[in-house]
This record gives sequence, C-alpha cells and structure tokens, in this order.
Amino acid sequence: MTTMAERRPLQQAHPVGRPVYEIARLSKTYASNQLVALADVNLTLREGEFVSVVGSSGCGKSTLLKIMSGLSPPTAGRVMLEGRPVTGSRPDIGIMFQQATLLPWKTTIENIVLPIEIRQGRAAARAALPRAHDLLALVGLKDFANVYPGELSGGMAQRASICRMLISEPAVLLLDEPFSALDELTRDHMNMELQRICREANATAFLVTHSLAEAVILSDRVLVMKPRPGRVEEEVTIDLPRPRRLEMINTPEFGRIVAHIRALLDREGA
Amino acid sequence: MTDSRFDAAPDAQDGDTVWVEQVALIDAIPRWLAMSLLFIAVVGLWQIVTSMGWVSPIILPSPGETLEDLIFVGRNLISGDYMLSALWTTTRTVFWGFVIATTIGFTLGVLVGETKFGERALLPYLVAIDTMPKVAFAPLFIAWLGFDIASKVALAAFIATFPIVVATAAGLYAASENERMLFKAMGATRMQTLLRLKLPTGLPYMFTGLKIAAVGVMAGAITGEFLGGGKGFGALIRQSASQMDTPRVFALILYLSLLGLLLYFVVVWAQRKFVFWNKDERTGAIG
Repeated sequence: MTTMAERRPLQQAHPVGRPVYEIARLSKTYASNQLVALADVNLTLREGEFVSVVGSSGCGKSTLLKIMSGLSPPTAGRVMLEGRPVTGSRPDIGIMFQQATLLPWKTTIENIVLPIEIRQGRAAARAALPRAHDLLALVGLKDFANVYPGELSGGMAQRASICRMLISEPAVLLLDEPFSALDELTRDHMNMELQRICREANATAFLVTHSLAEAVILSDRVLVMKPRPGRVEEEVTIDLPRPRRLEMINTPEFGRIVAHIRALLDREGA
Repeated sequence: MTDSRFDAAPDAQDGDTVWVEQVALIDAIPRWLAMSLLFIAVVGLWQIVTSMGWVSPIILPSPGETLEDLIFVGRNLISGDYMLSALWTTTRTVFWGFVIATTIGFTLGVLVGETKFGERALLPYLVAIDTMPKVAFAPLFIAWLGFDIASKVALAAFIATFPIVVATAAGLYAASENERMLFKAMGATRMQTLLRLKLPTGLPYMFTGLKIAAVGVMAGAITGEFLGGGKGFGALIRQSASQMDTPRVFALILYLSLLGLLLYFVVVWAQRKFVFWNKDERTGAIG
C-alpha cells in the first residue's frame, strides 16, 4: 500500500464507521496476455465514507471496480463485503454506469424496481413500489414515475439510475464515471445531489472518475492509481469540511490538493 | 425591406440587411399531393405513349384498357367468382409461408445470436444456403410436396426465413455492454437476460427482418405458383400472360400488390404496437 497511508492511519484522521468493504493484497493478471492489471491493492471502505479513484486509462481502476462489483474474479487476494467474500453479483452491491442504461420499454418506476423484479419476481417488485416512489422523491423525480425514459433528460435519467441502485438498499455504491456523459453544469449539480443523497442514506461510496475536481469535491479520500502494473500510488486524504459546496473549487486549499494529485499522475509520464 | 407576405424581420430598420428564407416548393406541398402529381404524370405519359402507337398494345396496353380490366377483375373478386378463390389460395400460401418463416427464422436466429454453437457451427451453413438462388429449389419442393399449396408454402417460407434469422441474431447482439453488465450485476439468469433485455432490445431489428420477409414471402408464393401451377393468383397471371392478355396481367398484378401491401402494413402496425418506445420508427412515414 502507499507510504502516506501507512504513516498516517486514516481511521484516526477520519473517525468514521465500521469497515464495510475490505480489500487486501488484491491482484489481477489477465491470462490471455499476461498483463498485470492490478498488483497488491489494499483498500478499506468504512461506513458512510466516500472514496474516489483517479488515474490514466489502463491504470486498472475499471478492473478494480469490476472485481469489487463481483462482475470479474480477482487472481488473488481478499475481497470482502460485509465480512463475506465477493464471488459474484450481490444484491448488497449497487452499481451505476456512465450511461443510465434504463430500459426504454419500461417506465421510470418499473426501471427502478427492475433489480427486485429480477431477483425476487414481479410480486416483490410490486411490493417495492412505495419505496421506489420515496426514492424518486429523494432525487426530485416525483412527477416522472410513469414516464418512459425516452422523455427524460440525461441528468434525469441518471437520477433514475441512482434510484435503481438504491432500491435494493446496497451496503456499498460503486460509481463508474456516473456523470461523465453529462454537460458540465448538469454534472456539477448532479455531484452535489449525489453528496446529499449519500449523506441522507449514510451510503458508503466508491467512485471511479477522470475528473480530479470531481474526485476531490466529493471524496474523503482519493486513491491515485498508476499503470504497469496497476497499483495504488498514493492515498490522498481530503480535509475539506462537509458538506462540500461547489464554491470550494475556487479555494487555495482545493487547488493545492488537485495540484498535488496532478503532480502524482504526471510523474514519470506514465 | 422588401414587401413579402409576412414581415420576417419586424425590427429591421432602413439599411439593415434582411434575409428571407426560401421554402422549397417540394417542402411546401403535402405528401398526398406530391404522390397524386406523380401518379398523374406517369399515367399521362403512359397515355401519350400508347395513344401515339409507339408501343404495341400487347406489350403495353393503354391506361383505359387496364382500367377496364381492373374493374372486371374487381367485379369478379367482389362477386366471389373464381378469381376470389385464386386470391384466397395465394393469401393462404402467403400466410402460412410467413408463419413458418417467422417460426423457423426466429428459432434459428435465437440459436445463432444466443449460443456459441449456433454462431460457430450453424451460421456458416446458413450463410452458404442464403447465397444460393433460392428459387432454384422450387422444382425440388414440387417433387417433394406435389403441385398443391404445400410446395408453394415451402418455397415462400424458404425465401423469407433468412432475413428473419439474420435480423433476429443481429437484434440479440444489439444490447449494449453496459446493459449486459447491469443484468449481470442484478444477478439475472441467462434466460432472464434473453427475455428481459436482449429480445426487447432486438425487436426493432426483428421487425426490419419481418418487413423484408413480407416482401420475400410474396415473391416466393407467386414464383411457386408460376412454376408449379395450381389454383393461385400466380397461375392466373401466367395463364393471362400466355394468352397475350396484357391488360389482365396488369390488373392482376395490381390486385396482388394489395395483398403484399396488406401483409407489409400488418407488420408495420405490429411494430408500432410492440416497439412503442422507438421514436425513429414512429416518425417514419411508411415504417
């Protein structure tokens, strides 16, 4: 793991909750081309914590997310969610992609209960409708429950996919560049919404992003990853006060943190 | 400012340049009018060509003669005479050919699109058969199934199957990587992913295949009736053609095309009903 994290145990700097997601000595090697996608990754997500990972393409951050979501098996290491090893897809893992991927032939509310429908059947999905309506209200889409996704804007569609992620009350939220397809203004707004939703749900979140500003404004910690082999170069603790506001982007402190991360990424040009 | 029918730039002052957007004539007239104008132009040209005696009436009858035969055939059909029973025979051929082609085409398409076996082992053979001139199989179908309706149904189905196979398989590939990951993350079984994601996503593709098949099944049915005789509309056309009764051939083809259009629009109607979310298809004038 990283030198910085070892010197300064984060649990004490940020007295947050119990460990939710624990990853130790994780490695992933693709058999087909002997590519070491991940080498010795160690990471603990605590309850209510927001952690981001940044890095150039090929640094293994997407691989890490796939392993954490149970969509791809690791080569070696411990991957434990809520004390149980992650061996495949699980209802207590919530995932969000760059595209909202709402099914166009289902209404917004039907899309939101889809995970319940797939796992537990139509009756359970019907029983989850009141909760889905609550979630829609949480993201400000109360009036769009019975609308088809074709009529939602990009930002609204991503709000709906947040609801779909939350419907099965996951222990951890895995966010794969969720707002990068949106325009910048919408994206800023959605990030603030995400922060609010995570606080209200006391969610544990893990975000993969290309945007350093986005990672810093949202996170308690930012993992800086580097490629060949994919590894965590440094873990940067973000000491900005909560709740974060967009204006913080203009503060010198924010600028210093972003500059520090950028310098880490630029080093050796990798 | 120039004087035009409406004031395009009410705020313009003297000395300002005003651009008046020109609307092309073809954009200004409605579709029905454009179609009618073209129809009148073509029939007019047809009338001129035949009345000037440039073409023999055996090759191209005049519009008037054709209209007479249209009325004659129409009366025969309405009165329930032998032409109606011929049309009914062809309709049955087309219907069963379409049903069989859809069933087999969809099944093979799912095998090709969903299973590795289908993609690796089955697809090459299907492609090979598809490149053959399928009409050449007509004598075989007649030899196997006789001169009755069955051999015509077989040829019609044979021609119409392949577009449905290809479209179904392509449709099953159409779901995006993210959508597949979503279903995997939700713990969906292979069957759930097929039924809830891949098939609905592929529906627009499948309907495109069905439209091509609707055209193919008509061609197959009529070709079968040309080559294998029987009691269908194709046999009537061949009979009239062999008697040099060209106006009758024209009239019969026009009525036959109504059957083709009917099948085509049934498919379009079904597409609009089942693929209600696909806006591109909804705005398309003729699907």
